[in-house]
Amino acid sequence: MTRKAPGPISKDGKRERIARRVAAELAHNTLVNLGIGLPTLVANFIPPDRTVFLHSENGFIGLGPEAPNGAGDWDIVNAGGQPVTIVPGGCYFDSAMSFAIIRGGHVDVTVLGALEVDEEGNLANYMIPGKMVPGMGGAMDLVVGAKKVIIAMEHVNKHGEPKILKRCTLPLTARREVDLIVTDMAVIRVAHDGLVLEEISEDTTVEEVARCTDARLQIHQKVGEF
Amino acid sequence: MKKIQTPREAVAHIHDGAVIMIGGFMCCGQPLRLTEALLAQGTQNLTVITNDAGFPDRGVGKLVVAGRVKRLIASHIGLNPAAGQKMNSGEMAVELVPQGTLAERIRCAGAGLGGVLTPTGLGTEVEAGKRKVEVDGRKYLLETPLKADFALVKASVCDRCGNAFVAKAGKNFNLVMAMAAQHTIAEADRLVEIGELDPERVTIPSIFVNTVAVSP
Repeated sequence: MTRKAPGPISKDGKRERIARRVAAELAHNTLVNLGIGLPTLVANFIPPDRTVFLHSENGFIGLGPEAPNGAGDWDIVNAGGQPVTIVPGGCYFDSAMSFAIIRGGHVDVTVLGALEVDEEGNLANYMIPGKMVPGMGGAMDLVVGAKKVIIAMEHVNKHGEPKILKRCTLPLTARREVDLIVTDMAVIRVAHDGLVLEEISEDTTVEEVARCTDARLQIHQKVGEF
Repeated sequence: MKKIQTPREAVAHIHDGAVIMIGGFMCCGQPLRLTEALLAQGTQNLTVITNDAGFPDRGVGKLVVAGRVKRLIASHIGLNPAAGQKMNSGEMAVELVPQGTLAERIRCAGAGLGGVLTPTGLGTEVEAGKRKVEVDGRKYLLETPLKADFALVKASVCDRCGNAFVAKAGKNFNLVMAMAAQHTIAEADRLVEIGELDPERVTIPSIFVNTVAVSP
């Protein structure tokens, strides 16, 4: 297969591509929770014809953009503790309600980053024993409770090693909860019998995606492009 | 009518080794005057139940940095490097609890329940040592109540009865924590007379608040 070769895409370019593709998954009139970091960027690419309300785990619906420098209201922060805004139609509640909303299946989509994802839809994204033990925060509840779990991450780690594996090696955040994986190279759906390659990015090939993935990918006749 | 004290007076009877809950989420809705007063008082060997270890230079994070916390029960400690260091060195024991489970464990302590059944944490390290219960074919973990000697909570406005209004996203853990402690101290930005706080606007009912702390 011949491909356009626009040169290697920058890290920011990869992140924007992932965020843009995830945003296209979000349907009109849905409640969505975006994790810290890359998933937060998704908000910038929600198509203007769709109303998507963002849930902030610390206690409100209607998460708006970050407050301009110096104008921050410290009574409204995002899950990273940074001052943000609330959009018209939003509402506040306490933590027990916030996680009742999450666990009770009232959040349509949650978008999170990952360290590892595997063929069974298992997710590891909250600790590396002996190195990074920040705690799970709200991630375990979100992954278990949201109707749809989308992982937004770069396809390989900073050493160029696959993050999509046969089996996760790190402590799990949850078992069999991931529905869709969106990376800078591919869109992969987690089916009941394994991973299905749905789409590849415009500057890669099916072979390259398979080479960068340490899990079996089912490749159906038609693989889309994004 | 509740006791109205300064932050320093309000924390004076918090003893070494006490179990305390501290409201807030990354310092939003955290009673920072109370944590400062506790720091200044020098209280040690605390067991602290709070959502996160915050930032090193504010609120509960400063208690961690100063080595006042013997045991921390929280959902996230990643933005305060001192918390990770003290956990790894063994100076501070840390129990990491999923955030929704933390809220429900605290709530059920205040609500007279023997625990809560949650699917969160099944199949992960969180399930270690916990009882699993099946209800209608679905498995859950039994999570047990968390209570405290003291709860330090934040209010935007308190009346002299102890009714508290907590603005915006500051509500977070303040309501459930106020319910789950033997003695709850509410730090108020503003104190009003009885009748001046609209009953429709009460976030924390007065019955849960023992002391209202206001800056002199």
